[in-house]
Amino acid sequence: MARINVTVKLFAYFRENRFKISEQEIAPGTTVGDIVDSLDIDREEVGVLMINSRHTTFETPLEEANVLAIFPVVGGG
Amino acid sequence: MAEKIYRVNMTDLTSSIEDVPAAWAAHGGRGLTSTIVAAEVIPTCHPLGPNNKLVLAPGLLSGTVAANSGRLSIGAKSPLTGTIKESNAGGTAAQLFARTGVKAMIIEGQPKEDKWYSIAITPDEITITEETELIGRGNFATIEAVEARSEEKRAILTIGPAGEMRMASANVSVKDPDGGLRSNGRGGLGAVMGSKKIKFITVDPKGGKVEIANPDGFREANKTFAKALVDHPVSQALGQYGTNVLVNIVNESGGLPTKNFTLGQFDGHDAISGETMADTITQRGGKIKHNCHPGCVIQCSQVYNDADGNKLTSGFEYESIWAMGADCCVDNLDHIAEADRIMDDIGVDTIETSVAMAVAMEAGVLEFGDGAGVCRILKEEVGKGTSLGRIIGNGTGSVGKAFGMTRVPVVKNQAIPAYDPRAIKGIGITYATSTQGADHTMGYTIATNILNVGGKLDPLTKEGQVELSRNLQIATAAIDSTGMCLFIAFAALDDEKCLPALIDLINARFDLSLTGDDVVNLGKHILKTEREFNMKAGFTSIDDRLPEFFYTEPLPPHNVVFDFSDEEINTFWDF
Ligand code: SF4
Repeated sequence: MARINVTVKLFAYFRENRFKISEQEIAPGTTVGDIVDSLDIDREEVGVLMINSRHTTFETPLEEANVLAIFPVVGGG
Repeated sequence: MAEKIYRVNMTDLTSSIEDVPAAWAAHGGRGLTSTIVAAEVIPTCHPLGPNNKLVLAPGLLSGTVAANSGRLSIGAKSPLTGTIKESNAGGTAAQLFARTGVKAMIIEGQPKEDKWYSIAITPDEITITEETELIGRGNFATIEAVEARSEEKRAILTIGPAGEMRMASANVSVKDPDGGLRSNGRGGLGAVMGSKKIKFITVDPKGGKVEIANPDGFREANKTFAKALVDHPVSQALGQYGTNVLVNIVNESGGLPTKNFTLGQFDGHDAISGETMADTITQRGGKIKHNCHPGCVIQCSQVYNDADGNKLTSGFEYESIWAMGADCCVDNLDHIAEADRIMDDIGVDTIETSVAMAVAMEAGVLEFGDGAGVCRILKEEVGKGTSLGRIIGNGTGSVGKAFGMTRVPVVKNQAIPAYDPRAIKGIGITYATSTQGADHTMGYTIATNILNVGGKLDPLTKEGQVELSRNLQIATAAIDSTGMCLFIAFAALDDEKCLPALIDLINARFDLSLTGDDVVNLGKHILKTEREFNMKAGFTSIDDRLPEFFYTEPLPPHNVVFDFSDEEINTFWDF
């Protein structure tokens, strides 16, 4: 099957020794959790996941042209 | 030290130190300021007239070693909203008020002569002194001059020129441990202090300490409490990036109000984000972590230097950066920091003033994105009290009226802060129903709507939002009574040991046996007391609404409107 293209964005300290934004070519069926694992990010440290500005979960498979944003647990006010 | 009520009458320049009435004994912080305002202020009075009262109260735990307990509440009838108002801030004042034995300080009346005064508080004495030298001075110069007059470690509360001019966005500033400022920002309390002709207040406990009924229990509870705070990952992120870590996440969610609330995302978000700010602070030798009062274990504050490595501002918060940044489309952090410093110096609320500036931009007073223009207007117009400066200094609603604008983001005439209620619906309920006008801190649904703290609730659906906002507003009213910084709420929502430890602290301090239910009931009682005051002042449920454009103008990128019916909003008060 043809591979799909997604954009992955990282925030706060997840950027350290990784990247801010990256275009990735992935196999269809790849989930959000697979991406998090591939980046060696501990799932426990993940606070918020969004695809195209909507909250999502580790189990959600990515689709062509999705923008995935991965945030650690953060807060403020 | 036994706690007393310190009362100052500015009409005849007299004062008294009174016993605490039984009905006030169990209250502190916001619960106490609201109880006193409701009991003693005529709801229909003019907020700037002699019948309004300015009430200052440290929290129940302020002055003790309890972590993060140094918030001071100030209350009055607000000249901005016409409602009851409580605004709290850090700095050293709450702790020193409590150690002086001040349960609350009540300032009433108004001098008949056109003279200015300062007030000095010590455990045994209230001194009212005429002040001539510092009138017209900014907050930084005032604090420096007042510090130079005495060797003692005193708390200092001041108003800037905006407060002297009785502008509705004027704040009361409190010195922090390093000579920076924290502000009781919202609702124009600085104008109330100015209307009573008080330039500054000092508090000197003369070595006094807060008595703890059960010191061992207190120490134990504080250990558990501080650990819950320190261990929570949100606290750690707050230390590293400050509250400004929120720019990117709120932008990503499509709820970052941009260009006077016409867009939900800001192209320049990266330049003003917490990540960029942390890098800039490190490069320029500023301070990433800083506390607004001794005893804070989270340290969300920071010191931001200019390109030459000189301190530009401290306590550089998400709200201010969003308002001057995204809402005014200024993508230059140095301009925003300079504006922040000027606003601190003239003594205006950064949210109210920046949102007002964005409406002025839409009205054509200056271009969106003109950071240098913003700084000039703040200094030359607002600070000097020109006609334009007074229009802006009287807040967002004032600018909207003066220029005939319809997109005026206020509730009960107070500017809506950094989360768009169309894309984050829970916070819209808080803005609409808060007893004090639009204020995110009254019931911070962002935790659950966006940050997945204390559960998850989709920001774009209506279900559950009224209940979420209600529960948070009740809890917040109680927390605001303890003197605790609201950022303990993240740990309180997630760590089951945190809230019981907080209650244990109160019990050990006063020898009480409060339960969780008592605390919830306290929160409910405070909200109802505040609402009753507002109703007597002429407010009805029709005032619990957002401005019309939120219902009619879809917000990109989600293209959503605020779609709660009046009946749905009204159910908020079903408790
Ligand atoms: S977390 Fe921030 S606002 Fe709260 S007490 Fe600490 S420095 Fe002050």
